[in-house]
Amino acid sequence: MSGRTRAEHRLAWLLCAPAVAAMLVVTAWPVLYAVWLSLFRYDLRFPDQRAFVGLDNYLTVLGSGVWWKALFNTLFITVGSVSVELVLGFVFALLMHRALVGRRMVRTSLLVPYGLITVVAAMSWRFAFDPTTGFVNALLGLQGAWLAERWTAFCVIILTEIWKTTPFMALLLLAGLTLIPADLIHAARVDGANARQRFFRVTLPLMRPVIGVALLFRTLDAMRIFDTVFVQTRGAQGTGTLSIVGYNTLVTRLNLGLGSAVAVLIFVVVVVLAALYLRGFGIELSGREPR
Amino acid sequence: MTDGTGHSRTERLFWGAGSAVVVAYALLPVAWILALSLKPAADLGDNRFFPRAFTLDHYAAVFHDPQFPAALWNSVGIAVLATLAAVLLGMLAAYAIVRLEFPGRRLILAAALAIAMFPPVSIIGPLFNMWRTLGLYDTWAGLILPYMTFTLPLSIWTLAVFFREIPWDLDKAARVDGATPLQAFVRVIVPLAAPGVASAAILVFLFAWNDFLFAISLTSTNAARTAPAAIAFFTGSSRFAQPTGSIAAASVVVTVPVILMVLLFQRRIVAGLTAGAVKG
Repeated sequence: MSGRTRAEHRLAWLLCAPAVAAMLVVTAWPVLYAVWLSLFRYDLRFPDQRAFVGLDNYLTVLGSGVWWKALFNTLFITVGSVSVELVLGFVFALLMHRALVGRRMVRTSLLVPYGLITVVAAMSWRFAFDPTTGFVNALLGLQGAWLAERWTAFCVIILTEIWKTTPFMALLLLAGLTLIPADLIHAARVDGANARQRFFRVTLPLMRPVIGVALLFRTLDAMRIFDTVFVQTRGAQGTGTLSIVGYNTLVTRLNLGLGSAVAVLIFVVVVVLAALYLRGFGIELSGREPR
Repeated sequence: MTDGTGHSRTERLFWGAGSAVVVAYALLPVAWILALSLKPAADLGDNRFFPRAFTLDHYAAVFHDPQFPAALWNSVGIAVLATLAAVLLGMLAAYAIVRLEFPGRRLILAAALAIAMFPPVSIIGPLFNMWRTLGLYDTWAGLILPYMTFTLPLSIWTLAVFFREIPWDLDKAARVDGATPLQAFVRVIVPLAAPGVASAAILVFLFAWNDFLFAISLTSTNAARTAPAAIAFFTGSSRFAQPTGSIAAASVVVTVPVILMVLLFQRRIVAGLTAGAVKG
């Protein structure tokens, strides 16, 4: 190795060192620490009873209905919101791609849900569906408290998620649409393909990588859902999600041992899901570099 | 009948109507919370979308309450400092990744990507414990550190994508023309890098401004509690009044900066959002 390349390596590492150090200290180390804590009986209210218990915490978590119910709820909300978002996002993206009038205005207004604080969005929808303050019941001629029952509460939670995150999906898909060469669509039109065929045979296959990335981002994001559920139901009426269970065990009940086991299991679920996605869509992340 | 672009009038009407629906979709909850914040307390339960009478009482109430102004100040300070830190560290790393050949380049990008997908709830327990030991619990630094770290991937990826587009040799050309290295950097490279830096900074700011989980897990008092946490735990000015009006007014206040950013920097936001996902 020449002196020059060595100097270059040293400079590169020096430049990356602060970022790498931050990522190691604030994420890698806490994850390892969580694994370590999860092997102990460790309740901050009774710190003297701290003891090594091996995998007992995991057995407790996996043997409890709370964990499985939260996993189901999280997957239910994720599938419910992400699938609608994909379709709606595609419609919005096509609209922005095709519309001549008001295209800029559509894009500007779609950034509002994206930028809005999730807590605020969740509050707004909570008040809208509230039987005393809300306008939704009056509009639909209905009575009843949406957030007081499990399945209607899920409707409100999923609606909030869809409203808040469809714009992100739409903007990613729009960026993908603009990368499709107009010549290709034109050629298909000349060859006699109708609008439907052009969409399903040309546009969609070319969009596959973009759709894959958008779905991956949104799915992993939806799996962490916390703010909306916390604001709208606090996990009551059987709507608790994985993040809510983790928060309740760790911060509300201060049970670091059991809570860490929940945290590690959530981490595992997310990693498995990400791996499935990457294989399913053939997204090659290690080979991908910013171009 | 067609215009110059080959679109028929009905087609134009169709897309125009579609656009109007999307704009209404995007703005409905914002308009609703604004309407709610302007209703007099007696009208809060009238089940109507539009207020019948207007009042600024709820705004006066949230700003007289000691809790909300403190939270707003914490939010602004923490989000700005986290943004500066994440963008500075991101710039250093992105420069190295784009401009220098070294082993571990890919490793850093992959690690950054892994963190981007990471569930924050997995580390709040350990962080809670570590921060209490280190005295960072319920401080600005205690929130700035996780915000900075969780936005570093975004910052590094976005900046790397933008930096790759910069014709770095231009500064050599400027120096041949007689500019000093500093002049060449300030006059040539900085203006070229600025849009990418702005994109990264806005996305980081929005993340920090939006966060709720870290904010309620790692703070407990007005010392560091941010606006989203304050809004979620509002108790109202009097113990017997429903805090609906106050929550709505506070929500509108924290939404104003977001709307301003969207209006001023929409192109930068869209560029930043799509940089990593589509080109990467």
